[in-house]
Amino acid sequence: MEKETKSKFTLRRRPTSEKLVDVSFKNTVVAMASMVAVVLFSIFAVVYYESTDSISRYGLRFLFSSAWNPVTDEYGAFTAIYGTLFTSIASLLIAIPLGVGTAIFITENIIPEYIRNLIGIMVELLAAIPSVVLGLWAVFIMEPFIRPYLNIIYELFGFIPFFSTKPLGAGMMPAILILVVMILPIITSISKDSLKQVPSKLRQAAYGIGASRWTTIFKVIIPAAISGITGGVLLALGRAMGETMAVTMIIGNSNNFSWSIFAPSYTISSMLANQFGEADGSQVSSLMYAALILMILTLLVNVFAQWIVKKLSLKYQ
Amino acid sequence: MNNTSQQSLTYNPSLTRNIGNKALTFISAIFAIISVLPLILVISYVLIKGGSYINLDTLILEPEPPGDDLLSAGGIGPAITGTFIMSVIASIISIPVGVAGGIYLAEYSKSGNFAKFIRFGSNVLAGVPSIIAGVFIYASIVSTKILFGSMFSGIAGGISLSILMLPTIIKTTDEALKLVPNDLRRAAFGVGASKFKMITNITLPVAFSSISTGVLLALARAAGETAPLIFTALFSRYYITSFDDLFYEMGSLSVLIYNFALEPYESQNQLAWAASFILVVVLLSLNILSRWIGTLGAFSKSKV
Repeated sequence: MEKETKSKFTLRRRPTSEKLVDVSFKNTVVAMASMVAVVLFSIFAVVYYESTDSISRYGLRFLFSSAWNPVTDEYGAFTAIYGTLFTSIASLLIAIPLGVGTAIFITENIIPEYIRNLIGIMVELLAAIPSVVLGLWAVFIMEPFIRPYLNIIYELFGFIPFFSTKPLGAGMMPAILILVVMILPIITSISKDSLKQVPSKLRQAAYGIGASRWTTIFKVIIPAAISGITGGVLLALGRAMGETMAVTMIIGNSNNFSWSIFAPSYTISSMLANQFGEADGSQVSSLMYAALILMILTLLVNVFAQWIVKKLSLKYQ
Repeated sequence: MNNTSQQSLTYNPSLTRNIGNKALTFISAIFAIISVLPLILVISYVLIKGGSYINLDTLILEPEPPGDDLLSAGGIGPAITGTFIMSVIASIISIPVGVAGGIYLAEYSKSGNFAKFIRFGSNVLAGVPSIIAGVFIYASIVSTKILFGSMFSGIAGGISLSILMLPTIIKTTDEALKLVPNDLRRAAFGVGASKFKMITNITLPVAFSSISTGVLLALARAAGETAPLIFTALFSRYYITSFDDLFYEMGSLSVLIYNFALEPYESQNQLAWAASFILVVVLLSLNILSRWIGTLGAFSKSKV
């Protein structure tokens, strides 16, 4: 019986041309998919190759020295590394409560749905504004506006090393604030998506045993969505560390190390944006070394983000 | 049933838990307002301040060198065409590669090791800072003069933008194709279609609107990027007049904003605001357009 049907349906042979098209199409898409790996590896290879001079010359000393002197050929990226880590982590600490709070507000049924959707879309549109425009806005509008308030903080708490210089325009604090604006949409939209995916049965069960709205949110909803939220936060961290233009325009670009958040500083990416065009010789390879450090930092954060999403995600289906 | 238990069932606003609830709701509302505030402030400043400097001259003229003429800084015409051309170059490279890569992930190897590796790789590539893409293209194309001896060029700029677009396009294509029901694939095979025919005639058209959403979002992100361009395409004050000009420095809106914002001259700053106006209007329209296209598809995320 089975043999008969088989013979009946193999009457039409697939023409060779069709098979050829099929095979070549498959090979094309495989080749295109491997482009991702090729690009990624060549980025690493090129940046590493270009920085070998500097790596062999300065080694790990590069990470802990804040000298940056093209005349004496002495380079160290401590200020930039500290600036990168400090600005991104500080902006994250401000953006997490704001972003997660907003995400909760627009997933709960506190106000009508169309207003919530509108807020969600507006926050996501914020991500569409190019960073150079945010930088322009920060330089001409935000920084002059916040300077008097920063001055008040300086006068009141100037004895603390973190606030120990007079805010005179560009500096670390405005850069942190503009980074908050840039990473807020990422945290909000990813948290919103993962909060929305929490099955409504969990919420109903919590309400059923008498939990109030916010008890439910803190004890049930957020723990259930924590993998997505953490992933979003880590993605935002990676983005903040690599963010270039807005930070370059407002951070003041100074390689002098200072504990104060009002003083001009540097991040790795702003150092690259600022100096790469005019650099030559060992300065280029030092900048490449800094770029390599930045790549490794963002790579670690991104891989950790992907791992933690997998690790923490609870399956409800 | 006594009186107290009846009372405990009615809503009592002065209970700590109810006050706490109200307070937390209030705080989250404040947070939502704070989060929306920057968008409103940035957009209104850009639209009002930038819009006031927009006229026909600004749109068409070439920018004057800073400090040359204090009254007029010229216009942003070459920057507009430059941004357009580099976005087109980036799309020509990244759309075929990205869509084909996405087809491989979704149609040929859903959970193979290579596919897992490529998915991981495109996530990592998406996280690579944009300035690194610029550094990479500088080191591999600009400084080696591999493009027929030209150094800084619009093509190099376009290539570095395409690196930023690639992961987004791969991911959205992959996800869009995965949402296409398997019934359609089986039906196509059932009537004797080859896999190539099945993909090009059935699954790609079905997923078309979701894929275009991703492509538009990637394009919107690339067109606003500055960091990969500042040492690949550099900047130019002149219109391109021939095909050969693609191999020379090319201006773009974003680099114009960056360069002119830091100039000490008022008229240059005004041009920067005008350029931000154009850039923001174009990018927001692209974003809204992509959202609208996304709702059109038969199997878009919102409907499945």
